[in-house]
Amino acid sequence: MKMSRFNVVSLTLGFAFLYLPILILITYSFNESRLVTVWGGFSTKWYGVLFQDERFLGAAWVTFYVAFISASIATVLGTMAAYVLVRGAKFRGRTLFSGMIYAPLVMPEVITGLSLLLLFISIGLDRGGFTIILAHATFSMCYVSVVVSSRLVSFDRSLEEAALDLGATGWQAFRLVTLPIIAPAVAAGWLLGFTLSLDDLVIASFVSGPGATTLPMRIFSEVRLGVSPKINALSAILIGMVALGVIVASLTTKRAAQRP
Amino acid sequence: MIRRVILWPPYIWLLILFLLPFALVFKIALSDYAIAIPPYTPTFDWADPSSWGATLGALDFENFQWLLDDPLYYTAYLSSLRIALVATVLALLIGYPMAYAMARAPAHWRPLLMMLVILPFWSSFLIRIYAWIGILSNEGFLNMVLGWVGIPPLSIINTNTAVYIGLVYAYLPFMILPIFASLDRIDPSLLEAAEDLGCSRTEAFWRITVPLSKAGIFAGCFLVFIPVVGEYIVPSLLGGSNTLMIGKVLVEEFFNNRDWTVASAVAVVLLFVLVIPIVLFQRSAERRDAT
Repeated sequence: MKMSRFNVVSLTLGFAFLYLPILILITYSFNESRLVTVWGGFSTKWYGVLFQDERFLGAAWVTFYVAFISASIATVLGTMAAYVLVRGAKFRGRTLFSGMIYAPLVMPEVITGLSLLLLFISIGLDRGGFTIILAHATFSMCYVSVVVSSRLVSFDRSLEEAALDLGATGWQAFRLVTLPIIAPAVAAGWLLGFTLSLDDLVIASFVSGPGATTLPMRIFSEVRLGVSPKINALSAILIGMVALGVIVASLTTKRAAQRP
Repeated sequence: MIRRVILWPPYIWLLILFLLPFALVFKIALSDYAIAIPPYTPTFDWADPSSWGATLGALDFENFQWLLDDPLYYTAYLSSLRIALVATVLALLIGYPMAYAMARAPAHWRPLLMMLVILPFWSSFLIRIYAWIGILSNEGFLNMVLGWVGIPPLSIINTNTAVYIGLVYAYLPFMILPIFASLDRIDPSLLEAAEDLGCSRTEAFWRITVPLSKAGIFAGCFLVFIPVVGEYIVPSLLGGSNTLMIGKVLVEEFFNNRDWTVASAVAVVLLFVLVIPIVLFQRSAERRDAT
């Protein structure tokens, strides 16, 4: 099928719009000069400046452990929730449960952040990395459960039933049949939760305390004052990591799909 | 029973960390402002059920009255809705042709094109908005390029134009993906049949392609509109002092003015404003799942 000229033009312009800003951002991370309008020559000095800044390294560590732990909690809880919603019999409060799974997906971040902060204050919980983990696990589990349920809906239920007929207990059927089949969705859910947590500024700013500053919070307070080549360098590193991750993930899923 | 064991942990987690916080927001929205820590006095105490009846009559809507009296708040709501609407329309105008071209592209290109649309979604929202500061600021990349071709510099940063650019840029993938999914499902023989029956290409587009992609258009519009209404990052980084959006008002009310009661009331009203589009979206999503 040949593409019409209009289609080629709209794709080219569209992808230019999506990618040019990122390319410009990365290019200027290598600019010797601090100013956007002056090209001072190629330099990696801002990367050096970045790695000497302990506030950034500290924030990177907080961001990483918060994302890792919250994504792991979210994956376990979200998979459980998806299993109950798709496979579970009717139970009292099912509507409330599915409502609570879907609502956080469309909730404005400012409301989620505000409400969780009010909760943490009223129960007297010290705010810091721990409260960010609780907040992130809560909204990530909803995303995980949506991803996992779409996989659970689509696979052949008779496989589970066959295992049960052949004498497997419910737990064995889940561990040996269901879990391997939904594993790619569970992994995708974990990655999604991890990325959402890395990315979050608004909710983390609400629920964090003095000891815990995440990378987005650090970036935000810095860029409110304008462009900083150090932030460009940091952005280039983060974008590079994401691009690498997505490429590796798509190659492995492709290989998995090709396997007979 | 294994299902019970699986049900309770996520259920209890969400009750405590999703539902209870909401109840708190409602409670504080109905409380009185006080110079204290925490800065409010509750109108009622739900730990004491015997007082419920008495306080029900004395519920305090003072904070909501305050929202009505001060024009700042309702102009902020209206302006958020307007900005979200314009951004949604712009995203549709840019996103639809892209989704259409992707669906028309050779089949072996489509996974790559899909990945190119999804990739920005995985990279940080904040960084993608930050990229525009360098481009749009007065001493930025755009004005430098305009200077080369002899066009006088524009001041776009800290205006609503910059906010629209940032919003469309950040939310465009949410518009493209559902539309592409619905276009991809259309059976090409329908279009061939239309052409065989004497329909022109444009006519076939408007009478077959657009109606059949309606579900995708709705989904895309809701996915852009709903989060944009409460958006905080884009207006605070790219907008100016005259960019009024309710998410920014809420944050300032809470952190700068330390007025928890009004911030909670703002949140409650925002929730009610969004309930209609959210319910419509869930209905259409359920209908899609059912088919």
